[in-house]
Amino acid sequence: MAIDRTIYREIPVNFPLAIAAGCLAALMLCGLVAFVYIEHHGHIVTGMTNQVVWGMPHVFAIFLILSASGALNVASMASVFDKQVYKPLARLSGVLAIALLAGGLAVLVLDLGRPDRLIVQITHYNFVSIFTWNILLYSGFIVIVGAYLWVQMDRSVHPKWVRPAGLVAFVWRLALTTGTGSIFGWLVARPGYDAAIMAPLFIAMSFSLGLAVFILVLQALCRFSGCLLGGALVSRLTGLLGLCVGVVLYFTAVQHLTNLYAAEHTGFEVFTLRDGGIYTILFWLVQVILGGVLPLALVLGSAAPVSMGRATVASLLVVLGGLAQLYVIIVGGQAYPQELFPGFEASSQFQDGQVAAYHPSLPEIALGIGGVALALFSAGVGAKVLRILPTNLSDQNLAAKD
Amino acid sequence: MKTATPGPAEQLPTVSRRDFLRSGAKLASLVLAPGVTLMAFGGSEARGAADAGKRWGLLIDAGKCAPDCSACVTACENENGWKGSGNPETDVQWIRKVTLKNKATGRESSMPVMCQHCEEPPCVDVCPTGASFKRADGIVLVDKHICIGCRYCMMACPFKARSFVHERVTNQKSHAPRGVGTVESCTLCVHRVDEGRIPACVEACTAAGHGAMVFGDLLDPDSEISKRLAQYPSTALRPDLDLNPGVRYTEV
Repeated sequence: MAIDRTIYREIPVNFPLAIAAGCLAALMLCGLVAFVYIEHHGHIVTGMTNQVVWGMPHVFAIFLILSASGALNVASMASVFDKQVYKPLARLSGVLAIALLAGGLAVLVLDLGRPDRLIVQITHYNFVSIFTWNILLYSGFIVIVGAYLWVQMDRSVHPKWVRPAGLVAFVWRLALTTGTGSIFGWLVARPGYDAAIMAPLFIAMSFSLGLAVFILVLQALCRFSGCLLGGALVSRLTGLLGLCVGVVLYFTAVQHLTNLYAAEHTGFEVFTLRDGGIYTILFWLVQVILGGVLPLALVLGSAAPVSMGRATVASLLVVLGGLAQLYVIIVGGQAYPQELFPGFEASSQFQDGQVAAYHPSLPEIALGIGGVALALFSAGVGAKVLRILPTNLSDQNLAAKD
Repeated sequence: MKTATPGPAEQLPTVSRRDFLRSGAKLASLVLAPGVTLMAFGGSEARGAADAGKRWGLLIDAGKCAPDCSACVTACENENGWKGSGNPETDVQWIRKVTLKNKATGRESSMPVMCQHCEEPPCVDVCPTGASFKRADGIVLVDKHICIGCRYCMMACPFKARSFVHERVTNQKSHAPRGVGTVESCTLCVHRVDEGRIPACVEACTAAGHGAMVFGDLLDPDSEISKRLAQYPSTALRPDLDLNPGVRYTEV
C-alpha cells in the first residue's frame, strides 16, 4: 500500500453516525430534564445530604475534567516529546480535550445550588480559594488548547510554533490536574483528604483516564468515518495505557500505605479497605481488580501486539475503574465521619460519628451521564466540522513517521 | 484703546453640557459607590456594622450543659426560622447537641456545637466567590446574595457546622434571610449582637437555669468570658488544626 500524506477530513455523516448522535442527544436531553427537575425542587430530590454534599454529578464532572487533561497527552507526545507517530492524532487530541472539559464543567455548573448565579462567579473571585484557581485554570486550558489547535491547523502559521504551543498546553494541563487534586488535597477537615499525594494521584489518573477515553473515541470515530486505523498504533497507545494504569496503582498503594502508617488515619483506612461496605467493594473489586489489575493483564499478557478488541476492553475497564476510584475518593471520603475532637467519639441527631448513607438518585445520575454525552457529542461535532481526523491511520502509513 | 480683559478671578463660570453631565456622574458615583463597592466585595449590611476592636466569642461549659436539654437549639430555630421538616439528613442544623465520649475513659459530656467562628476559617478560604466571609469582629457569615451553592465550604468545615438548604423555605425571618440552594450556618445572632443583645441560644440557656453558655468580647480583658477563660482551662474543637475558634469549651 502506498504511503499517503496525512490528509485531514471532516467525518462524513452516515446512518451509524446519525444513530450515535441521536443517542447522545437523547442522553443530553435527559441530563437537561434532570437539571430542570433538580433546579425546580431543590437538591432534596437528589441523594445528597448535609453529610455527603458532593455526589454523582461530581464523580462524573471530575472524571470528565481529568479525562480532558489526559486526552491532551497524545498531542503532547507528538509536539513536546517529538513522537511523530502520534502527530496525526494531535488535532483530535486537542478537540477531545476541550469537549471533555466542557462536559465536566457543564455538570459542575448545573449541579450548583444556584446555577443562575454563574454571573456572580464570573464577577466575584476569592483568590485564596483553590476553586477560583481552578476556574482560571479551566478557562485558560480551553483558550490555550484552542490556540494550540489553531497553530496546528492554520497553514499560515509557521510549524515552528507548534512545539512552544504544545509545551505551554502540557505545562498548563499539569497545573490544571494539580489544581483538581488539590480541591481534595487541601481539605484539612476530613481524614480521607488532606494529603499532598492527591495532586500527583490525580495527574496519574488523568493520564490513564484520558488515554482510555481517547482510544475509545478514536476507535469509534474511525469506525463511523471508515478511516483505516492501524492495529500497531492502537497497540502502542494501549501499551502506554498499561504504563499509566501501573502508575495509578503505584500512587494508590503509596496513598493507603502512608495512611496506614499513621495511627490517626487508621480508622479511615480500615473503613476504605475492609469495613466500608460498598466503598470497600468498589475499591478492591472495581478500582483495583477490574480497573487496574485486569487491564494490566490484558496489556502485558499478550506477547503479540494488543488486539483492537483487547484495547477496547482494557480502555472500558480503565474508565470503569476510574469512576469507581473517584466515587470512593469523593463519596467515601465524605461518608466517613469527621472527628470532632481527637480522642473522643461524637454522637448526635445530626449523624455525628456515623457513616453517612448516600443513595444516588436517578436525576443526579442522568445529569452526570448527560455531561458525558455532551462531551462526546461535542467531540463528534468537532470531527464533523473541523479537519481533525486523518483519512488514513493505517500502520503502513504511519510507519514512515515513527 | 486698551480693552480690559477680566482676570482669572473675574471670569464668569460657564457650565457646558459636558461639564454638567460630568458633575452628575461624579455625584452619582459618590452616592452609589459605597453601596456598589460593598456589593462588589461580597459585603453586606452586617459586614459594615462590625467593630474591629472586638472579637465576639462563646464559652461553653460542658459540665453545666444538661444532656437532655436542647433549649439552645429550640431558641435558635425560633430566632432564625430554620426548623426542619423531620429529615435529619437534609434538614439544616445551625446548632446541634453533641455527646462526646472519651475513648480512653468512657466519660461522656454533652454540649452544643455550632459554627465555631474561627480566626482562620477554612470555609472562608475555600469559598470561590467570597460569599463566606469573616467580619472584623470575628463573626463568620455567608453573604446570601453571592453564595452560588457549590458546597465547598461544607467540605472544608471541620465541625459540620454548615448546612445546605435542600428545599424551598417559607416563613423566613426578616433578619435571617434564607434561600434554597445556598449554604447557611450560625450567625452568632449577628442581628442581636449589633443591637447590643446576646445570642438567642445563650439567652435560652440562661433562662433554662443552666448558665452553660457565656457570650462576650474575647479582646476585652474585663469581659466575663475573658475572665473565665483566664481562670479555668478551656479548649477548642479540633485544636490540632490551630484555627483559633471563637467558641471555646470547658469541662469536656
